[in-house]
Amino acid sequence: MSTVETRPNAVSTHSLHEHFGDLEQQREAATLGMWVFLATEIMFFGGMFTAYLVYRMAYPVAFDAASQDMNFWAGTINTIVLIGSSLTMALAVHASQEGKNKHVVWLLIATMALGAVFLGIKAFEYHEHWVHHLVPGPYFQFEGPDPRHAEIFFSLYFAMTGFHALHMVIGLGLVSWIVYLAARNKITREYHSPVENVGLYWHFVDMVWIYLYPLLYLVAHKHVSG
Amino acid sequence: MAETIVSRRIYFIIFFALMVFTVITAAVSYIDLGAWSGVVAVGIASTKALLVALFFMHLRYDHQKIVWIVAISGFFWLGILFVLTATDYATRNFLTVPGR
Amino acid sequence: MASAVHNVVETKNYLNSDFGIKSWLLTTDHKRIGLLYLVSITTMFFVGGFFAMLIRLELLTPAGDLLQSDTYNKMFTMHGIVMVFLFLIPSIPAVLGNFLVPMMIGAKDLAFPKINLLSWYLYMIGALLVIYSIVTGSADTGWTFYTPFSTQYSNSAVITAALGVFVSGFSSILTGLNFVVTMHRMRAPGMTWSRMPLFCWSNYATALIQLLGTPVIAITIMLVALERLFNIGIFNPQLGGDPLLFQHLFWFYSHPAVYIMILPSMGVISEVVTCFSRKRIFGYSFVALASIAIAVLGFLVWAHHMFVAGMSVYASLIFSFLTFLVGVPSAIKTFNWTATMYKGSVYLHTPMLYAMGFIGLFAIGGVTGLFLATLGIDVHVHDTYFVVAHFHYIMVGGAVLGYMAGIHFWWPKITGKMYPETWGRIAAGTIFLGFNLTFFPQFIVGYVGMPRRYHSYVPEFQILNVFSTAGASILAVGYILPLIYLFWSLRYGNDAGPNPYNATGLEWTTASPPPKENFHETPVVTWEAYDYEHMPPIPEEEPVVHR
Repeated sequence: MSTVETRPNAVSTHSLHEHFGDLEQQREAATLGMWVFLATEIMFFGGMFTAYLVYRMAYPVAFDAASQDMNFWAGTINTIVLIGSSLTMALAVHASQEGKNKHVVWLLIATMALGAVFLGIKAFEYHEHWVHHLVPGPYFQFEGPDPRHAEIFFSLYFAMTGFHALHMVIGLGLVSWIVYLAARNKITREYHSPVENVGLYWHFVDMVWIYLYPLLYLVAHKHVSG
Repeated sequence: MAETIVSRRIYFIIFFALMVFTVITAAVSYIDLGAWSGVVAVGIASTKALLVALFFMHLRYDHQKIVWIVAISGFFWLGILFVLTATDYATRNFLTVPGR
Repeated sequence: MASAVHNVVETKNYLNSDFGIKSWLLTTDHKRIGLLYLVSITTMFFVGGFFAMLIRLELLTPAGDLLQSDTYNKMFTMHGIVMVFLFLIPSIPAVLGNFLVPMMIGAKDLAFPKINLLSWYLYMIGALLVIYSIVTGSADTGWTFYTPFSTQYSNSAVITAALGVFVSGFSSILTGLNFVVTMHRMRAPGMTWSRMPLFCWSNYATALIQLLGTPVIAITIMLVALERLFNIGIFNPQLGGDPLLFQHLFWFYSHPAVYIMILPSMGVISEVVTCFSRKRIFGYSFVALASIAIAVLGFLVWAHHMFVAGMSVYASLIFSFLTFLVGVPSAIKTFNWTATMYKGSVYLHTPMLYAMGFIGLFAIGGVTGLFLATLGIDVHVHDTYFVVAHFHYIMVGGAVLGYMAGIHFWWPKITGKMYPETWGRIAAGTIFLGFNLTFFPQFIVGYVGMPRRYHSYVPEFQILNVFSTAGASILAVGYILPLIYLFWSLRYGNDAGPNPYNATGLEWTTASPPPKENFHETPVVTWEAYDYEHMPPIPEEEPVVHR
């Protein structure tokens, strides 16, 4: 059996907003809209990535040293957790395309649970940094070479992961909204744009983390002792 | 126009591939590659991101050409930001005059 | 107009289909949202204008006698923030674009009406935050928020002002998103890209900048606010941070933002010039693609704001060269407008007066922009009034005149009423005169060395500054006049009828004011844009220039 099947959309006026001609146009507009929004999100994070690039080129020693203080295992486990949540999200979109709303609900709840685990581990890491005086500001202390530039690394770290976590929180809100829609059977085979587009958003936030993980946790090779 | 439904198996295969790349990138960080470590790390991350975009985000199956254009131009503009900013930082200390 | 005897039965349109404050504040009709924007933007325009008047009054005399230097700093900062972020950037797209883009392409609404309403609320939150920052002490950093002054030293309300800019940025992003999706997915049958009005093209180009530029300034301004709030150190030179990095990120958006202001105006001018020359636009596809070219090239030139800031001279060379390139598509547009007027039957109606003013002033502003793109000259005139004059020729002489042209041109469509033509022409003349008297002397005073952003200056510069302040008061009168007669026309103006200028374009095929769903039947387009050869002449106004 081929891995990809194609099926024409059923024509139905159910859940069609009046300013659209048909459901197909409505679905395409929604998908395009979400992609356009994600392009703006690339630029939003792009500002911080530019800053990262500039300072990493300028202060490689400090970035190397500061990155050794990151919790390697927390970062790695979080990467796995987040990719796992992307899988459950992709499966939820799949279930919504087949109109299996019960599956959608449970897969989305699994996605939210994994998202919450991610945020929990992140909070634990923030707490660790706080205890070790690695939060930039007057109490910042760094026992390595070049502490001033290490503070820039941690400033970037908190800004980047902070905005990423904010996106996760917004994502959790969006997912709980589509859980509600699916539970009330407002999602159908013909009309599942909300699931699809929240899915796109969720995968995008995952993608951002896919870059943040090596850039923040794996800057240079790990000193095995650390 | 039609909508494409991807088989569930593909999602599991992609998930598995993403896991493998995650393990590789974590393992590579224990090897000293010098200046290449950053290149390798970003290269692996980009491969992972591409897999997510193509399969999880259905870019590979999307029937709207414009969606491709949007996705590519997002990264293209990021490239503009990187490259033109780099023209300054890469050449700022070519002259030995302070601040030039 | 007296001949237009109109039916007594009041027809249903978007204005009278619903009543009450809720029907406005919760509307998802793009036309009503356009009007909400019109009211809020006009308010902010006069707030910003008030600061401008204070600045000009202070500069009447060389001594700093009206405002203290601190207060003066706050005045020009808030003038900049309000005018740039709360007036110019939303002006044409959010008011006229909202109203017209769906109608011009034959759609019932924008693709995402609720998001459109959300964008107005975000704008209002941003505007209220900025106003709150004014009340609680104003920012004094200049509208550019340069670090480290904004992050380390300024004692003013930088954070609230920055938050206001941040939030209103998302309003701009959502408007752009709506436009792009609408133009891709909602066009009426037969409305191909090559038949789309140039106003839509230029709003599309604008949307590209809004979408790809605005997020960068959003995050940058946010980092400044966080740096002030939590002492993180991304731009802090004490930690080895680079203030120039802030400038790169800031101008990556804020230079293209100039094109956010000017491109929609260019779209208006394209519509107005063809209509009042009764000729198809010269080189349609060149004008359309020049909009896109300006949007793309506009992203490659930002660091020409930083030539004297300590940037690499090699990078300066690259940016200087790239800046000259933007002159090409801008010149293409200017030539094409004049070529459109050439041998046309030109009617000097109010919108056309503004359009002709636009072409002349934009040319001056554009060419002085090339002076500033030249490295050596920029070193000489950087941070002088020459720069101030240059960008006011673009932003006021260009963007604001285009906005005024558009408001007058489509006023009959928006309200169903004609404004008094004579008063319209008087106001257009007043604005043109006042504008030039205000800003032309600033080229001279800047060239001979008067720096910007000081509240006092050497006495030799006084005579030119007196001219400038006198011009500003004429300009103020010019702005207040339309406010009065446009309001007057709402009640006393003649009924416009669906197409008072015999213009082409789908928006003129429906009633004025348009019905709630824009068109009773989805139009099918079978003709090219600007088919003026087959349109009757403009009724009842004497054409001034005959072939």
